[in-house]
Amino acid sequence: MEARMILEGKAWRYGPNVDTDVIIPARYLTSYDPEELGKHCLEDLDPEFSSRVQPGDMVVAEENFGSGSSREHAPLALKGCGVSCVIASSFARIFYRNAINVGLPILECPEAVADIETGHRLRVDLVKGTIENLSTGKVFQATPFPESVREIIASGGLVEYVRRRLEERGGPASR
Amino acid sequence: MGSTITEKILAHHAGLQRVEPGELITAKVDLALANDVTAPLAIEAFKNMGAEKVFDPERVALLPDHFTPARDIAAAENCALVRRFAQEQGIVHYYEVGRVGIEHVLVPDLGLVLPGDLVVGADSHTCTYGALGAFATGVGSTDLAMAMALGEIWLRVPRTMKFVYRGRLRPWVGGKDLILYTIGVIGVDGALYRAMEFHGPVVENLSMDGRFTMANMAIEAGAKNGIFHVDEVTREWLKSRAHREYIEFKSDPDAEYEKVYDFDVSDLEPQVALPHLPSNVRPVSEVRDVEVDQVVIGSCTNGRLEDMEVAYRILRGRRVHPRVRLLVFPGTQEIIREMASRGWLEALVEAGAVISPPTCGPCLGGHMGVLAAGERAISTTNRNFVGRMGHRDSEVYLSGPAVAAASAVLGRVAHPEEVF
Repeated sequence: MEARMILEGKAWRYGPNVDTDVIIPARYLTSYDPEELGKHCLEDLDPEFSSRVQPGDMVVAEENFGSGSSREHAPLALKGCGVSCVIASSFARIFYRNAINVGLPILECPEAVADIETGHRLRVDLVKGTIENLSTGKVFQATPFPESVREIIASGGLVEYVRRRLEERGGPASR
Repeated sequence: MGSTITEKILAHHAGLQRVEPGELITAKVDLALANDVTAPLAIEAFKNMGAEKVFDPERVALLPDHFTPARDIAAAENCALVRRFAQEQGIVHYYEVGRVGIEHVLVPDLGLVLPGDLVVGADSHTCTYGALGAFATGVGSTDLAMAMALGEIWLRVPRTMKFVYRGRLRPWVGGKDLILYTIGVIGVDGALYRAMEFHGPVVENLSMDGRFTMANMAIEAGAKNGIFHVDEVTREWLKSRAHREYIEFKSDPDAEYEKVYDFDVSDLEPQVALPHLPSNVRPVSEVRDVEVDQVVIGSCTNGRLEDMEVAYRILRGRRVHPRVRLLVFPGTQEIIREMASRGWLEALVEAGAVISPPTCGPCLGGHMGVLAAGERAISTTNRNFVGRMGHRDSEVYLSGPAVAAASAVLGRVAHPEEVF
C-alpha cells in the first residue's frame, strides 16, 4: 500500500467546513467498501463531483475540512473515487487522524488554497511537502506533519504500527 | 505552573508526572467503544493488525444504535458481524436491540464511565462523557482498533480553553442553549484540537443531563474534549451507578488556559442554530415565524429524562400542529420505561407524537424520519449540515427540547412562553 510520492492532478476547489456528512452522507454508511462509497462522495455538496472526478484529482478546501462525524468512511470515500490528496487551510481533528490512518495524503496550506481554483493543475511532492500550481506557476510549502504523525507514517500506517507492537509483546499466537 | 483537569487525566493514563500541551503521549484506555457503523471497519482493522483478542473484554463496549433496529439487509449484516465479534471475544458490554440505547446516553447510565477515566469511542460524540470529569474523545475506526488491541491510544495533549458562565438562567433556558450560544460565539472551529473546560455558577446549577448536553456538542466547536469538574451533583448522580472507585481530578488555580471566556447569561434567550452550521446561532425571538414540517426531540444530545420532561410539560394537554410530524426518540429503554410509569408517554402520544425506539436514525438522516427535498425540521440533535437529516435541499434548525416542543404545537419556530 505504498503511496506515490509525486502526485499530479486537477483541483476541485470548495469552501470552509466541508463536513463528513457531505463528504459521504450517512445514508450510505452501511457500506464500507471504498469504491462503493466513492460513488456518492461529496454528492450533497457537488452532485457532479463523483461522476466527473478523475483518478489523481485533488480536493482543495478552506478551513476545518472533515468536520463533524468520526466516520472513517469519509477518507475512504475520497480514496475510493480516485482523489490522490486533500489540500486544506486546516483539518478537523478526527478526519486528520483518519486520513493518516487509511493512507489518504493530506496537506495543510492556506496560502496554496488561496491561489488554487477548480480546474487548476497541481503537482504535489509528498516528501518535500510542496504544492505546485502548474496553472499559475506558484509553489507553496505545506505545514510539516507533527512528529507523532511522522512516526505513524514511517511505520507504514497505524495498522502496521500496532502489528509491530503486538509482535514485540510476544505475538498474539503465543498467547 | 499548574495543570488543567484534562492534562492531569492524560498524565495519569500515560504514567507521567505531568504533561504539556502539544506533547505526544501513549495513554491507557479505560473504555473503548464503537457502534454498528464504526465497529465493522474497526473489526476489519483489528484483524489486519494481527490482533486476536481484545485487551480486556470488560473494557470494550459495542453498541448497535445507528441503523437499528436494522434498517435494511446491509445494516442487518453489519449488526450480525458486530454480534459475532462480540460473541467470539466475550465482550461483556454488547447490548442487543431491546437493551441497547443511544450509546452516549446508555454508556454513562450503566456506570461504564467514571470521573478520571480515559475513554475513546469510534463516534464523534464520545466527548459527552466529559460531563463526568472524564477525558473522552471521538476517534475513527482504525484508532479504535488500536485501542481494542492494545488498550492504548496515542494522543497529543490539547491546549485548554476555559468557559465561565455567570448569572441566572431564565425559564426554559438550559444546557443546549448554553452550548449553542458558545458555539455561536467561537465558531465551528473555535476550539479546534482544544479541550473545552466548563465552569461557573450556572453550570454548577445544571443537572447531569444538562451537562451531558453541553459536553456532547464540544465536537461541534472542533474540540478534542469537553470537560466539567466533579461536584455534589456528579457524586449524587453516580451513587446508584458507580460500581468501582474513581479519581476526581481538578484543574489547579494556576493552570494555564489558552483563552478564557466569561459569559453573563442572565439575559440569554433560548437559542436556535440555523442551517447549515451549528454556529449559525440566533436567539429564538429572531427566528419565530419560520414554519417547520418535522420536529425531532431526542438523540445523544437531548434524549435524556430531563429533556423528555421538558417536552412533556409543554405538550401535555396540547396537540401537535396538524401540518407537523413530531418524532420523540428517548435515549434508552430505561428512559422509555420511566416515561411510561410517569404517564408522559401517554400524554405525548395523545398530543400526536410518534415514539421511536432508542436509535440515532433520524439525527443523521439514516432512517425513522428522513426529510424530503424542501422540508424543514427543528431538532434537538447536534448537527444541521447540508443533507444531515435527509435530502440535500432539506433544512435543519437546532434547539433545546423546550423550543422544539413549542414549535411542534405552533407549527413554526416558537418560544415556549408562546404556548402558555
